[in-house]
Amino acid sequence: MSYLKPNFRHPQLPKNGLDLTRSSYEGLISTLCAGCGHDSISAAVIQACWELDLEPHRIAKVSGIGCSSKSPTYFLNKSHGFNSVHGRMPSVATGANVANHELTYIGVSGDGDSASIGMGQFAHVVRRNLNMLYLVENNGCYGLTKGQDSATADEGSKSRTGNENPFENIDLVGVALEIGATFVARSFSGDKEQLVPLMKAAISHRGFALIDVISPCVTFNNHHGSTKSYDYTREHVQTGSIIDFVPPREEITAQYDAGESMQLDLHDGSSLSLQKAQPNHDPTSRRSATEALLDSRENNQILTGLIYIDAQEPDFHEVMQLNDAPLNSLQQDQLCPGNEKLRSINNVFR
Amino acid sequence: MSTSPTDIKNPEYFHKVVDCQYACPAHTPVPEYIRLISRQQYTEAYVINWESNVFPGVLGRTCDRPCEPACRRGRVDEEPVAICRLKRVAADNKGDISAWLPKIPDQKNGKKLALIGAGPASLTVARDLLPLGYSIDLYDENAKGGGFMRSQIPSFRLPVEVLDEEVNRVLDMGVSTLFSERVDSLASLLAKDYDAIFIGTGAPRGKDLNLPGRKEADANVHIGIEWLQSVAFEHSDKIGKKVIVLGGGNTAMDCSRTARRLGGEQVTLTVRSTFDAMKASPWEKEDAQREGIPFLTDHTPLSFVCENGRLVGMTFDKVKSVYENGKRQLVSTGEEPVYIEADDVLVAVGQELSFPWIEKTTGIEFNEWGEPIVDKVTFQSTQPNVFFGGDAAFGPENIITAVAHGHQVAVSIDLFLKGKDMSLDRPAPGHRQFSTKMGIHEWSYDSSVSNDDRFAVPHLVNEVALVDRRAEVELGFDLQVAFDEAQRCLNCDVQTVFEEAKCIECDSCVDICPTSCITFTRNEAEPALRAKLTVPAEQLDQDLYISQNLPTGRAMVKDENICLHCGLCAERCPTAAWDMQQFNYSVSKACHIPSPLNGSAA
Repeated sequence: MSYLKPNFRHPQLPKNGLDLTRSSYEGLISTLCAGCGHDSISAAVIQACWELDLEPHRIAKVSGIGCSSKSPTYFLNKSHGFNSVHGRMPSVATGANVANHELTYIGVSGDGDSASIGMGQFAHVVRRNLNMLYLVENNGCYGLTKGQDSATADEGSKSRTGNENPFENIDLVGVALEIGATFVARSFSGDKEQLVPLMKAAISHRGFALIDVISPCVTFNNHHGSTKSYDYTREHVQTGSIIDFVPPREEITAQYDAGESMQLDLHDGSSLSLQKAQPNHDPTSRRSATEALLDSRENNQILTGLIYIDAQEPDFHEVMQLNDAPLNSLQQDQLCPGNEKLRSINNVFR
Repeated sequence: MSTSPTDIKNPEYFHKVVDCQYACPAHTPVPEYIRLISRQQYTEAYVINWESNVFPGVLGRTCDRPCEPACRRGRVDEEPVAICRLKRVAADNKGDISAWLPKIPDQKNGKKLALIGAGPASLTVARDLLPLGYSIDLYDENAKGGGFMRSQIPSFRLPVEVLDEEVNRVLDMGVSTLFSERVDSLASLLAKDYDAIFIGTGAPRGKDLNLPGRKEADANVHIGIEWLQSVAFEHSDKIGKKVIVLGGGNTAMDCSRTARRLGGEQVTLTVRSTFDAMKASPWEKEDAQREGIPFLTDHTPLSFVCENGRLVGMTFDKVKSVYENGKRQLVSTGEEPVYIEADDVLVAVGQELSFPWIEKTTGIEFNEWGEPIVDKVTFQSTQPNVFFGGDAAFGPENIITAVAHGHQVAVSIDLFLKGKDMSLDRPAPGHRQFSTKMGIHEWSYDSSVSNDDRFAVPHLVNEVALVDRRAEVELGFDLQVAFDEAQRCLNCDVQTVFEEAKCIECDSCVDICPTSCITFTRNEAEPALRAKLTVPAEQLDQDLYISQNLPTGRAMVKDENICLHCGLCAERCPTAAWDMQQFNYSVSKACHIPSPLNGSAA
């Protein structure tokens, strides 16, 4: 068994705007099961951050507990990282974001970490519109404890022992739409062509961006009868809208038929070129997005792609009118108002 | 349009992936013997070499190493694996190999052969045919066998004992030697009762330089290879204090280094080309420079200068190499000629074929350059029972090429004398392939990739080396360094074998591959396919491994070029669609030579 990746890389690896190759965005060798969808998601994060020319030391990875939450070790090992308590990643992300909102925040969670123990934290970080990419590596089971059904397992989906899940599932995309998320997407670990541009758009989006990524558990949930297997997902994917991420300063060259496409400007100067794959789905309308989601569910389809976006809604930082400068950059005189000021405040209450 | 999926059943496909073995004229199974060195099985490592190249101890010191520039490691690391020097480790540390030697039948097969010239080509023919019961007469004008390995390679690079051991091993298999016997007439030999004759007389004539003063200076102007031979056979043991060596090839290096040991204090090597364009191997240039031999590049000799009928120096014209359409022209800089003093001049500007002893009546035809007309596959000449090989066939090459020729000649002669077709009935190369899987993530080879830089071979200090022409300069790796160097080998003969039916397209192999070799994409015409891989495959001589189309309509496309053979794709594959399979390829010889690779035990 290999514990280390060889140091050698392809000598012709392309370089990004920072003169870095993808290898500068890699992490340690994965200890997840061979074939785990999470590893593909890690690879997509590496690709997206590299393509966005992000400086690795200006990124913070936060995660909870579970197979998913282990995975930040396997990418961006030159970035900040915090592997927190089960289901409590949103609190840590919020705290970090308040302290320094200049970093790029990538939260990595799973279906157990977000839809079970962390459901409360998830709901609140969504409604606060915290500026972060929130990845759910969703395999519909508790892989770390031998594959019990999780809260996102579909009703009727069979476990590896053959038992059907009797309960209704929690669709985090639906929940996020309902409680005010400003960027909601779903994708599949086996489709990087869709996942990478979605990640780039989500990272560039100012506000809370959820990507629910179906990520098959090869060990416990990749059999016939499972609705989160590679085969089932491939057979039932229904692509919502297809996006092209256009970085700042680059012209949009893609041409789509009128009515089928639109352009969306993001706060950082980049934009999204959006192509509708479903005729009645307008991803800028929460109502239309919700309907598209319900339709696909009724048709036994998995709706993927960018499902909803609102690029205008102010994020948590703006709403709370927080200090622009990161706390760690503030000097003693800015943090402590001094005796004079304290006395004048006290005088008000005399 | 799409590119046809790769047919991995064709052994030539994986053969090509083992770049070192593929580049070797004799196709020695390099990674296998390097692994055996890692396991301290030096005897087995040696036998694998001996089966393939007959002279591992000699080649481990003197090979031109076509394998090393081909080594995949050189594409990801600064330098390739020190393959040649590891071969020497096997030779120096082997135990008794007698149990591995083929048995020579007491009952001969009644066929008699004459081999002319006792160099590597003839000795290989003898090694391959004696076990089949052939009677062999080996002719050479010198008193000992070895050919140019003995006469032209100085003993400070190749100790006589090493050469004797490997030459004698073949002779002891029952060669009837007719040494110190110069063959002056092929016709007279044809008149004898030989069933076939092999000519392996090398490229024996050193080129001369007909410049003004050449005749007058004759006593102190020596043809390089002739002079090296006279030193090797101890007819010469000294040279003047000031020596000029003309030429930039390996012979020039050997001449200049030998001159340093025989009294040459100021030895200057002059060459018409630039330093980079010199023909000598880079390491031979380094070794000569290390011994204090200056290289005067871009100097074309103009004349030999004599005083009182004796050579005193040479004049040179300074030139510039100008390349036009890939062809070099030497253009004079117009400066004053350069004069260099010299007591002796060694001319090492090339060598050529020479067959004054082959009469027109023999039926052997030559082309306009005086080269015999020889079939490239069978090595048969225009006289059906006469074969050529080694330098004598197609001009100067090297030892390993001569050995490769020898194997093919032996096959041809055997087929010819059995009345079979020498082209159609040639035996196909042997190959076998087996999984190295030992457990879920365990392989029978060291799959981890060493990050070490190439280790340097220690050298004897000049103070000792330059006073004894027999003292071997390179000291060889010690066993620990040999192990570390052996670990640098990427095991390119352990192939990544992909089975479409098992693949679930989870991308794990793509994600883990450290060198981004694997892409799942729609099959297209090869140029388009090469361009759209994760890292475009621009090395066109390196193949793409293309699978059948998978359920999503894509194919697995792997660029073999930079693959580290680290096995991570197979370790991360949940369905064992990837397997690491060892692939052994061997050139079929005229007879079966036991070796750890062909299943026969000692």
